[in-house]
Amino acid sequence: MNLFGNLSWDALPWNSPLPLIAGAVVIALCVAVAAWVVLAGHLPYLWREWITSVDHKRIGVMYIALGLVMMLRGFADAILMRSQQAVAFRAEGYLPPEHFDQIFSSHGTIMIFFGAMPLTLGLMNFVIPLQLGMRDVAFPTWNSTGFWLTATGALLVNISLVVGVFSRAGWLPYPPLSELQFSPDVGVDYYLWALLISGVGTLVTGINFVTTILKMRAPGMGYLRMPMFCWTALASSLLIVAAFPILTATLLMLTLDRYLGFHFFTTAGGGNMMMFINLIWAWGHPEVYILVLPAFGVFSEVISTFSGKPLFGYRSMVAATLGICIISFLVWLHHFFTMGAGGTVNAAFGIATSVIAVVTGVKVFNWLFTMYGGRIRFETPMLWSLGFIVTFVIGGMTGVLLAVPPADFLLHNSLFLVAHFHNTIIGGVVFGVFAGIAYWFPKAFGFRLQEGWGVAAFWLTLAAFYAVFVPLYMLGLLGMPRRMQHYDMEMWRPWVLAAMIGVVLFGAAMICQVIQLVVSIRRRDLLRDETGDPWNGRSLEWATSSPPPQFNFAVTPNVAGEEPYWEIERRVIASRQNESGYEAIPMPRNTATGFVTGFFATITGFAMVWHIWWLAILGLVAAYAVFVWYAWRDVSEEEIPAEEVARIDQIHRKRRADRLARHSDAGESA
Amino acid sequence: MTTTIEAPALERHAAPYRLGRADGLATGHGEAGPASKRVVVAFGFWIFLLSDIVMFSAFFAAHAVLQTATDGGPTGRDLFNPTRVAIETACLLASSFTCGLSALATDARNHVWTQAALLVTGLLGLAFLSLEAQEFAAMIASGAGPERSAFLSSFFALVGLHGAHVSVGLLWLGTMMAQLFVKGFEPVIYRLICFNLYWHVLDIIWVAIFTVVYLIGEGR
Ligand code: HEM
Ligand SMILES: [Cu+2]
Repeated sequence: MNLFGNLSWDALPWNSPLPLIAGAVVIALCVAVAAWVVLAGHLPYLWREWITSVDHKRIGVMYIALGLVMMLRGFADAILMRSQQAVAFRAEGYLPPEHFDQIFSSHGTIMIFFGAMPLTLGLMNFVIPLQLGMRDVAFPTWNSTGFWLTATGALLVNISLVVGVFSRAGWLPYPPLSELQFSPDVGVDYYLWALLISGVGTLVTGINFVTTILKMRAPGMGYLRMPMFCWTALASSLLIVAAFPILTATLLMLTLDRYLGFHFFTTAGGGNMMMFINLIWAWGHPEVYILVLPAFGVFSEVISTFSGKPLFGYRSMVAATLGICIISFLVWLHHFFTMGAGGTVNAAFGIATSVIAVVTGVKVFNWLFTMYGGRIRFETPMLWSLGFIVTFVIGGMTGVLLAVPPADFLLHNSLFLVAHFHNTIIGGVVFGVFAGIAYWFPKAFGFRLQEGWGVAAFWLTLAAFYAVFVPLYMLGLLGMPRRMQHYDMEMWRPWVLAAMIGVVLFGAAMICQVIQLVVSIRRRDLLRDETGDPWNGRSLEWATSSPPPQFNFAVTPNVAGEEPYWEIERRVIASRQNESGYEAIPMPRNTATGFVTGFFATITGFAMVWHIWWLAILGLVAAYAVFVWYAWRDVSEEEIPAEEVARIDQIHRKRRADRLARHSDAGESA
Repeated sequence: MTTTIEAPALERHAAPYRLGRADGLATGHGEAGPASKRVVVAFGFWIFLLSDIVMFSAFFAAHAVLQTATDGGPTGRDLFNPTRVAIETACLLASSFTCGLSALATDARNHVWTQAALLVTGLLGLAFLSLEAQEFAAMIASGAGPERSAFLSSFFALVGLHGAHVSVGLLWLGTMMAQLFVKGFEPVIYRLICFNLYWHVLDIIWVAIFTVVYLIGEGR
C-alpha cells in the first residue's frame, strides 16, 4: 500500500517539454497573481466581497470570469490542433498521437463544460433576479456552492495538464475506449471526477433558477409578462434539472466500471456499450439547448432594445421556447444514426430533429419582424445579434442536412459535423454571450465597454468564424474525418491551411476583446452610466442604478404590463415623485460554505483520481463537517436599515430625475 | 324590484391568457408576488427530488437493458431471497409511516413525540440497511458480486444507489435530531419538511425496485 495511491514523481511530464513549460508558466502566473493579491492587501476584500459572497450579481460575474478564462485555455488547444494539422501533411507534425488526442479531448471538455456553461449560467445569475424584480435567488448559499463546484471541475481538468494526463477518449468518453482495458491511465478518471463534481454544481444551480423564476417573481410579474430572457432561462434550467442527472448517472456507471470492475459498458461480462451512447446523448442533445436557449433570450432582449420596439410575437416566442424544451428530449438518436437501429427508427428521429429547426425558424422570423420598421441602432450588442442571425441560420440548415439519415451516414464524424456544431455553438452561444456581456456590462460595473474595439472584435470574430469553418465544411464534404493527427490526402491540404489562417484571425479578435476591456477600464469615467439605463432599455433591470445596490431594488417593484420598466418610467415622468415607503431589507449573509465545499471537493476528486483512499474519505468527512457547521449557524440574514436603503435610493433617483429632465426638455424643444 | 349586477373587477384579471392560478391571490402564483419561505424551500426541494428520480430512472433503464445479460452466471431467481426482501420492504414502509407521524408531531410542536417518531424512523431505516448489507455480503461471498456479470453490475448499482440514499438520509436525520434537541424547532422546521419528502420518495423508489428488480427478476 502506498500512502499516495498511484501518485508518484513520474506523474509530472518530465520528458515532454510542451506541457512541462506550459504548466510551469501557468503555475508561475497563478503564484504571481496570488502573491500580488496578498501583498497588495486585496485578500480581505476578495474574501469578503467575492469569494464568500452569496450575491447573485457577484456570483454571475465570477461565473463569467471563469468562463472567459477557460475559453482562452480552450482556444490554446484549438491553436495546437489546427497548427498540428497544418504541418502534419505526410508527416508526423509536432504533436505525437497521445498528445494530440488529449488536446482534442480537453478542448471539447473545457469549451462546453467550463467555457460555455459558466458563461450562460453567469448571465442567467446576473440577469434573472434583476429582470423579475427580486432581491436575490431562492437559495443564495447553494448558488455560491454551485459556482465553486463548477470551479472545482475546471481546476481538476487543468491540474491534469501538469500532474498526470488528461483523457484521450474525446469530450464524451465513448466506451470501450474509455474503459480501463483501453485507457489504463488517469486521464479518463480526471475527466470523470471533474464532470461528476461540476455536474452537481450545475444541477444545484438549475434547481435554484427553476424555483427562483417560478416562485419569487415580483408582484404583478405574471408568466406572460416575464422578459424573454427569463423564459429562455427557465426552459434552460428545466432542461438542466431533467438532463444533468442522466449525465451524472451515466458517468457514475463508467466510474463503477473503471474503479470496481462493473460491466455496464465493457466488452466482456455482458456489458452494452451502445447503452452509454444512448444515455450520454439523452443528456447531450438537451445540453446543446441548455446552452443556446439563454443565448436566444439575450438576442430577443437586445434586438428589441436596439430596434426600439417590443419583441414581435412574444407569445409565439414563449411557445417556441417551450416547444424546443420538450422536443430536445426526443431527438437524441440523431447522434448515432449509424448505430443501425433500422430505417423506421432513424426516420422517426430524423423527422423529430427537423421539427426543431421549424420551431427555431419561428424565432428567427420573430427577430426579423422585431427589427422591421424599427429604428435600429448598430451598437456592439446589436452587431453580435445580426451576425448571429445570419450565421446560426446556416448552422441550422447544415443540422437539418445531418438529420437526414442517408446523408448523415456519409457525413457523420467528418469535419462537416465538426463545422456544424461549431457553427451553432460559436454563432449561437458564443455570439449570444458576447452580446449579453456588452449589453449588461454597464449594469454590472457602472460603465460601458468602449465601442470601437468591440466593433473591431465583432467583425474579426465573424470573419474568423467563416475563415475557419467554411473550410471545415468543405473538408467534411471531401471526406476528411474528425480528430486526425496526420493525413496524406493532397486535396485536403489547401483547406486545412485556410482554416489555420482563420485561427490567426480568431486570435486577433480575442486580442481586440482584451484591449477593449483594458481601454474601457482606463476610460471608465468617460464611459460612466449615471442613469442606470444606458441603452434605453425596456425591462426592469434598467430601473435600478448601475451597478445595482446589494438589494437590487429599494422598493419591490410592482409590475403592470409586459414591459414593466417602460411603465415605471412613464409614470415617473408623469409624477416626478419620489418613493416614500422605504423599509429595512433582510439580505442573506455571506458564507464560506460554497468555497470550503469546493475546496474539499477538489481534494476528494484529486484523491479519487489517484486512488488515495484515505484522503478521499477525509475530504468527504470534512464536507460533512462543513454541512453541519452551516446548518448550525444561528443568524442567516442581516438587515439593511431603512435609512440606508433610502440614502442609496435617493442618490440614484436624483441622477435619474436629472436625466429625465434633460430628456423632456429636449423633447419639448424638438 | 331591480337587481344591479356588478361587473367583475377586471383591471388585474383582464388578460385572457393568464396561466397558473386564476385567482391571483395565493403568493407564488401568477401575479401575486413571491411565495413564502416555506413554499420556496419545499418547492425547491421537490425539484431536487424530481431530478433525483431522473437519476434513478437512468439506473432503472440500465437494469432493464442488462437484466438478462447474466453472462452465464446466476440469475435473479438463483440469488434473491423473497423473505428477506419482504422484511426489508416492511421496514421501509413502516419507517415512512412513522416519518409521517413525526410530521404530525412537528405540526403540534411536540418535542417528545417528534423525537420519538424520528428515532423509530431511523431505527427502521437502519434495520433495512443492515438487511441489505447482509444480502450484498452473501451474494458477493458466493461469487455473485458486481464484477460477475452486467446483470449483477446493474443490480448492485441500482439497489446500492438506493441504499446510499438511505444512508445519507440517516446521517441527515441524526444531525437534525441533534439540532432539534439543542436548538428547538425554529431552525429545523423547513428541513423536517424536506426530510419527510425525501424519505417518502425513497420509499416510492423502493416500491419500483421491489417490482422491477425483485418481482420481475424472480420470474427470469
Ligand atoms: C437547428 C437545429 C439543429 C439540427 C437539425 C441539428 C442536427 C444535428 C445532427 C443530426 C447531429 C449529429 C450529426 C452526426 O453526429 O453525424 C448534430 C450534432 C451536433 N449538434 Fe446539432 N443540430 C441543430 C442545432 C444545434 C444547436 C443549436 C447546437 C448547439 C448549441 C448543436 C450542437 C451540436 C453538437 C455539439 C453536435 C455533435 C457533437 C459530437 O458529435 O461530438 N446543434 N446536430
Ligand atoms: Cu443533437
